[in-house]
This record gives sequence, C-alpha cells and structure tokens, in this order.
Amino acid sequence: MITRRIPSSTLQKSTVRNVSAVRSCLHGQQEPPSSQQRRGLATPVDIPQPPKKTKWGGLKDQDRIFQNLYGHHGADIQSAMKYGDWYKTKEILLKGDNWIINEVKKSGLRGRGGAGFPSGLKWSFMNPKGWEKDKKPRYLVVNADEGEPGTCKDREIMRKDPHKLVEGCLVAGRAMNATAAYIYIRGEFYHEATVLQRAIQEAYKAGFIGENACGSGYAFDVYLHRGMGAYVCGEETSLIESLEGKPGKPRLKPPFPAAVGLFGCPSTVANVETVAVAPTICRRGGDWFASFGRERNQGTKLFCISGHVNNPCTVEEEMSIPLRELIEKHCGGVRGGWDNLLAVIPGGSSTPILTKKICDEQLMDFDALKDSQSGLGTAAVIVMDKSTDVIMARFEKGQGRPREIDMLQELTKQVEGHSICALGEAFAWPIQGLIRHFRPELEAKMAKYAQENGGIPYAGGWGSDARVQGQLISPGQ
Amino acid sequence: MASKILPASFRAIRQRPCQINLHQWRFLTTSSRRTSDALQIHRDTPDNNANIPFKFNAINEKLIEEILKRYPPQYKKAAVMPILDLGQRQHGFTSISVMNEVARLLDMPPMRVYEVATFYTMYNRTPVGRFHLQVCTTTPCQLGGCGSDSIMKAIEDHLGIHPGHTTADGLFTFTEVECLGACVNAPMVQINDDYYEDLTPESTVALLKALQASAEQTGAAGGVAGLAGSNSKGMGSTSGADRGQDGKSEVSDISATKKYTAGGVNAPAPGPLSGRKTCENSAGLTNLTSEPWGTEAFRKDGEL
Repeated sequence: MITRRIPSSTLQKSTVRNVSAVRSCLHGQQEPPSSQQRRGLATPVDIPQPPKKTKWGGLKDQDRIFQNLYGHHGADIQSAMKYGDWYKTKEILLKGDNWIINEVKKSGLRGRGGAGFPSGLKWSFMNPKGWEKDKKPRYLVVNADEGEPGTCKDREIMRKDPHKLVEGCLVAGRAMNATAAYIYIRGEFYHEATVLQRAIQEAYKAGFIGENACGSGYAFDVYLHRGMGAYVCGEETSLIESLEGKPGKPRLKPPFPAAVGLFGCPSTVANVETVAVAPTICRRGGDWFASFGRERNQGTKLFCISGHVNNPCTVEEEMSIPLRELIEKHCGGVRGGWDNLLAVIPGGSSTPILTKKICDEQLMDFDALKDSQSGLGTAAVIVMDKSTDVIMARFEKGQGRPREIDMLQELTKQVEGHSICALGEAFAWPIQGLIRHFRPELEAKMAKYAQENGGIPYAGGWGSDARVQGQLISPGQ
Repeated sequence: MASKILPASFRAIRQRPCQINLHQWRFLTTSSRRTSDALQIHRDTPDNNANIPFKFNAINEKLIEEILKRYPPQYKKAAVMPILDLGQRQHGFTSISVMNEVARLLDMPPMRVYEVATFYTMYNRTPVGRFHLQVCTTTPCQLGGCGSDSIMKAIEDHLGIHPGHTTADGLFTFTEVECLGACVNAPMVQINDDYYEDLTPESTVALLKALQASAEQTGAAGGVAGLAGSNSKGMGSTSGADRGQDGKSEVSDISATKKYTAGGVNAPAPGPLSGRKTCENSAGLTNLTSEPWGTEAFRKDGEL
C-alpha cells in the first residue's frame, strides 16, 4: 500500500509558500525549492515554483507601446509609420488567423476593458468549427465608450495614436475573420472622433484598409460610430443595441455576441487598448509582451491616476507594479504624503475601495487585486486622502440605523450575479467594498447622530420622533 | 404578516385623533409628485412643435449619404444616432420636427426615433444657449485639482444661474454631468464640443469672460437656431475638420490662457488651461524621455 502520509513540516512549508507568494515576492526573497516534494491528499498536484521575477515596475521607454502618449509627435500616418506602425502588416495578415491568435495567447494579453478575459481565447470564439460555411458578415466592435469614472486611457490612444487602433482593428479583425470593424466612440469625445476619422481616411487612402488591405487580398472596412451620452452603452450588449440605432439597453445572454451580435451577425466587442496593442504584440512577439508582469497577468498597461495625488497623469507601466511605486514614481506621491492616504479605488468607480493598509503592499494586476477583494477594472486609480468623505449622503450624516447597512449589503448581493447587464455588478461592488472596509466608521457615525438627535432614526432616514409626528405610513418602519 | 399588521392596527386605534395627520391618508397607488427640469415627454411649444418645418441643408444631405454607407442597407436605422446629431447641429436642438424628418429619411416609425432621442443625454430636446457648459462632477473631478465643487460655485457666482438653467441673454446653458473621461485633467468642463481641463475658479471665470467677449465681437446672440456647434464645425465627425489641430487656425500663447484665432475672433483654445500639454506629469516627464524606438525594435526570430 502506498503511504499517504506526508511529513507535517513539508506540508506546512508548501502551504505557507502558497499564501505568502505575493508577500515574499515583494520583499525580493526567494525560498529555495525543497528538493523532494511528496504528494499527499491535501497537497496540490503542482506546487508553484517560485516566480522567476520578483520585482515589477520600472518599464523602460523602449518597451512602451504607446510612445506618443504625451504628444511627442503628430497623429498623422507619416509619424505613425516612422515609429513602427503599419510595418509588415501585410506579412502579419498573410500569417493567418491562427498565427495571430496564437501570438496573442502566448502574450497572455487579457482584456483591458475591465473584465480581464484572455483575449486570444475570446477572439478564437469567433472561429468555431465550420465558421467559413456561414456567409454572413462578421464584425469586430471596438468599445471606445469610455465612461467609467477615473478612466481616460482610450482617449489618449485615440487622439494621439489613432493608427495603432486602426491597425489593431485590422489585425484583430483578421484574427477573427471579421469583414468590418465598428468603433463605437462616446459622443463627448468629439475631437478624438475627428482625429480617429482622419486616421481612418488616411489608412484608406494608403490602401492599408479597404478592398485589398495592405495588398494581402483581405477585404476589411473600419467605420466610426459616435455614441450620444449613455454610460450603459459601455456594456457590450447594450453597445450593440446602440449601434443598431436603438436605446442602449442590455440584451439577455445567451446568445452571446460571438454567435448573434451586431446586425444579427457574429461579432466580438473588445476594448480600445486591447485592440491597439495587438499589432505591436505580433511584431515584437508574444514572448516579449509576456515578459512583463506576473504569471497570468502579463503585459504592459496604461494606468490613469487621478484624485488626491500631487501630479495626476496617465502612464504606461508594467503590470503588477506595486501601487505605491506607481503613485510615488509617476504622480509625485499622495497629497500630504503617503500617510495622508485614506483609500484608493484601483480600477474605476465600479471596483471596491481599498484601505491604506492594503494599498501599502498592493500589486496592480488582475489576480492580486482580486485577492484583495477588488479588481483591476480599467486600471483607473482614484486616490483619496484623509480629507475625503467616502460615505453616501444620508449615511454621511449618520442618519440611518445599523440595520440598514445589512439591508444595503443584501441588496447588492441580490443584484450581483443576477443582472443581465454586467454593470449590475459594477453597482454592487463599490457598496460592498465600502461596507467591508468602513463599517465601523459608518456605525460610529450613526451612534453619534443618534446621540445628538435624541434617538436612532427609523429606516429611511426618518427622525426618531417621526411616528409621534405622524409622518410614517408603513407599518414596517 | 398578520403579526406585523395586527399590532400596527391596534396602534392605529390607540392613536389619539390629534396624532392622525392628513399626510397619512393617501391612496395606495399615488406617489408623491416630483418635478424635474428635464421632461421625458414632449409638450408643444411655439419653438418646438411638429408644424415647424425642418429640412437638412445641402452639406448635411451629402453627409447623410456618407453616413448611410457605413451601415448595411437593410439596417438603415442604425444611422439614426449620427443623423439626429446632424439635425441637432443644424437646428440648434433636437426638436420634434428634426426627429420626424429623421424618421422619414430612415423609414422608421417616429416613435423609434423618439425613443432614441429621449434615451441619450446628448440630444438636447429643448433649446440650449450658444455655449453649453457641462461640468463634470463625478468622483475624480470632485477630488482632483481644486475640486469640481469650487468650479460649480465659480460658474454659479459668475453667471448667476444654477445647473439646468440658461442665462437671460441665451449665451450660456449650465448643466452638471457625469464622468466625461478626462479624469487625469480634473476638474474639467465641456463647452459645446471642446474640453477645457485643469481648471481653477479663476481660469474658469476668465474662460467665461473670453467666451462672452468673443460672442460680443461677432455680435452673436444666444439661442439662435443652428448655433450650438453648427455651421463650419457642424459637419460631424466625417469631415475630419478639427479646430486648433488642422493648422488652419493659428495657436498662440496669450498671457496665462492659450488662445486661438479663427475668423478674426480670439477664443480660448481647448485643452488644459494650466499650461500642461496633455496628460503628463505636470512637474516634468517621468517616462518617455529617451529616443523613441522605430522598426529596429521588432522581432528578429524570422517569423515576420
């Protein structure tokens, strides 16, 4: 009989390493791999090897994809070509869909729009077995409806590096065998839309897109569609609805857009940044892109840091960069010093808030932030110093009863996972994050209010003497 | 349930008559009326009713032709949003006659067009002033820079109006909006199509004064049809016409605020008003300082 015992010391050691993998990486320590690992019932099959890289951040300029982020050169086609755009695009197209998808899979690129779904996999859904028998048109829809508070990365791409996006449409479109790309840009971005439209016209004129894109024999069109101001259109199915000329209300899934999407044809919705990095990944190799960031969170990423920092800016950095380094290196630090930090929203308003204690050692990537019960979202870092009040209007005054916190929590739990629109979760998460980290603060405020106003108010914010005054109408109150 | 209702009914009986307030007696179906300054329904007014004729002008007719080519022929109605926008730019706001004309052009039931026009916030279904000030007050703008609250206050104090209102001379309409996507350049205001960023209360007031002066210079009054972003720049995004970036207008630095001259009128140039170029660190570049790479950086494994 095979022994299933394992020396307790080995077991302990391996679990400890699992939990503290992130922490030990941060301090740059590496535990020596133990020479013999024996498998027990409770041991995972493959014990994670200590990562090869333990420090992230400090991306070099020659590894930055968006070189024109600060307007170094013009957005026209000549400047774009000088700095590497439209270089050997024909060869990339001729390599075929599988090659491009493999390259993107190798690069470990995850969707930059918020959900972080592996892009190579998503694009491959467009090419199921026998897709070529379907003669319908197929669409790539680029989501440039950047409305998530805190996010302003796509705007910079579209107004300064529009050719990266147009070429990205072609390359990503080739990977999913699409016939055309629609770029849905939010209506407020009028100047960005004109710059992008000019880039599209330049590309048509140069023969890079159109009937015979780059001379490869592949026909591909790029169209621009301006939205007219609706946050909800950032959700993929409502974006499709909106593009079809209807009010942007989300659709029920399934059918997923890859089966029935825009105009009833197979389509895929992808974020601007995801699409715009695709050509560079193909030209510099998936392995190059994968050499940045932690395992499963590879690549470079545009971070937008706003709020209470000394010098807010947008910057392209390596994934998994520590939050503190990101803020102190590129934004001149938090106003009033790091100790003045109250909280950080790491990925746009829809992600749960993080307290300072977590921020001290937080790595900025999808998995590390998920472990902190938040999310990378669009990597829009909103920094708040101690002068901020993070709590909602009524609760801010403490005008509520502790029971209402639970009611709110339960409401968010019911919305989470039950909404047809992905933004339902986006509503639930910030509130959950707030309650998770600031519940004592909320309760203290309520106690203070009760003391000052002669009693705990009724649910709904009614004063404690509302019943005597005859203002209450519902027995439950 | 009974256990909840019963004690309550007992309590009600026990209540002294003086405690029973009139407010308590309402029909089950009624809810308190809330008034809003933006109606979701159409009411005929002298300047907005179905009898006012509306036709697209020749330039826009050509643009509509271009726009229709972008969508599959059987999905003509997908063009409803860009064409409504053209109509708004020509007429000044999205009136009922603009909507009806778009419905006729696209063979859509008018109700489908009304649905679109009421859903999206950028269709102004009532006339707006010549300059439509849209101040972003979402979290990053509220926190960043001097905070959007101070900008709101500066505008309210200078113009004497509150969000949702138009000045008496019809020059300015002031609205409070959600995130406009320029968070790194907070606080910011969108005036018609232009973003003015990195504001302070002082630069906001200076900006408003400059706009007032430019309107006086051209003798333009507010609230005239086709003014909010019409004529030369009202060609939609298909034209590629882009002020301040096409070399046709000369950009020069006058005092603290950047200005540009077009048609002999000085107007503040859009963008950050703090002297910063775009979204970089205002204290100096922290990256992208070395020589940019070109084609030499690409893969050399022979795959391409």
